[in-house]
Amino acid sequence: MIEYILAVVLFAIGLYGVIVKRNLIKIIIGLMIMEYAVNLFLALIGYRSGGAPPIVEVGKNQIFVDPLPQALVLTAIVIGLGTTALLVSFAVRIFEKYDTFDVHKIRKLRG
Amino acid sequence: MVSALIPLIGLMICGAVIALETKDLLSGIISLGIIGFALTIVFLILQAPDLAIVQIIIETLTLIILIAAVLKTTIKDSIESLKARKVILWVAGLVCVAAFIFASLKAFADISAFGSPVLRMAEYYLSNGVTGTGAVNLVAAIILDFRAYDTLGEATVLFTSVAGVVAVLRKKGRT
Repeated sequence: MIEYILAVVLFAIGLYGVIVKRNLIKIIIGLMIMEYAVNLFLALIGYRSGGAPPIVEVGKNQIFVDPLPQALVLTAIVIGLGTTALLVSFAVRIFEKYDTFDVHKIRKLRG
Repeated sequence: MVSALIPLIGLMICGAVIALETKDLLSGIISLGIIGFALTIVFLILQAPDLAIVQIIIETLTLIILIAAVLKTTIKDSIESLKARKVILWVAGLVCVAAFIFASLKAFADISAFGSPVLRMAEYYLSNGVTGTGAVNLVAAIILDFRAYDTLGEATVLFTSVAGVVAVLRKKGRT
């Protein structure tokens, strides 16, 4: 159970970063920490004690870990790269226009 | 081997705190790399070699993208916040984090203990995966056969985000 709680603590640190930080890059880092925490939590849920990786060797009767969360996390990791690239490109574009990463200054300069 | 999980996740938490609190954005991104590469080892310990392979590739690409963006713009985080705003932000952050941790601790009562998952759908995949799809790697059997539409959607999202990046960053056609 302590593993689950540590994963939640990691997610909470990312949430704190997204809410409190004012630098756009720091906000992106916070979002990525949340993404890592969720992937970690799903992989932890699928673990079975003494389980082997879900690769079948024919003729052997083995205990496997749950392959379904692994498949979902595999999808989530790749999509995470896409969203991160999009976020970073928005941040770079905003910096080119306003010359700052500060979200409050960017809000003041609107219009 | 599972006993190494807790120190590794502790290392990830340390990396997360450093990544958010450092004043140098480049150091912050390198600290983010600590989390990603520690996560690779955690996946290996959790018997997920496919995830470890994908994670190490994606982590490297993400770090390259972030470092390129930061070197192109600025590596200093010289934003000092106003006193009044700071208090409001801290209170809001603490309330959100506390509510989240409280809700998840409540939810843990309904989750089965670590190491003994509830295999409802996976039971079918485990028993019929090889005969149904012919793939010995069950993760590949799930993402490419049982749930192939998910993978199609993933490819769509990836293509859309790449199109978005190209549209946002291109120099041509800007006024």
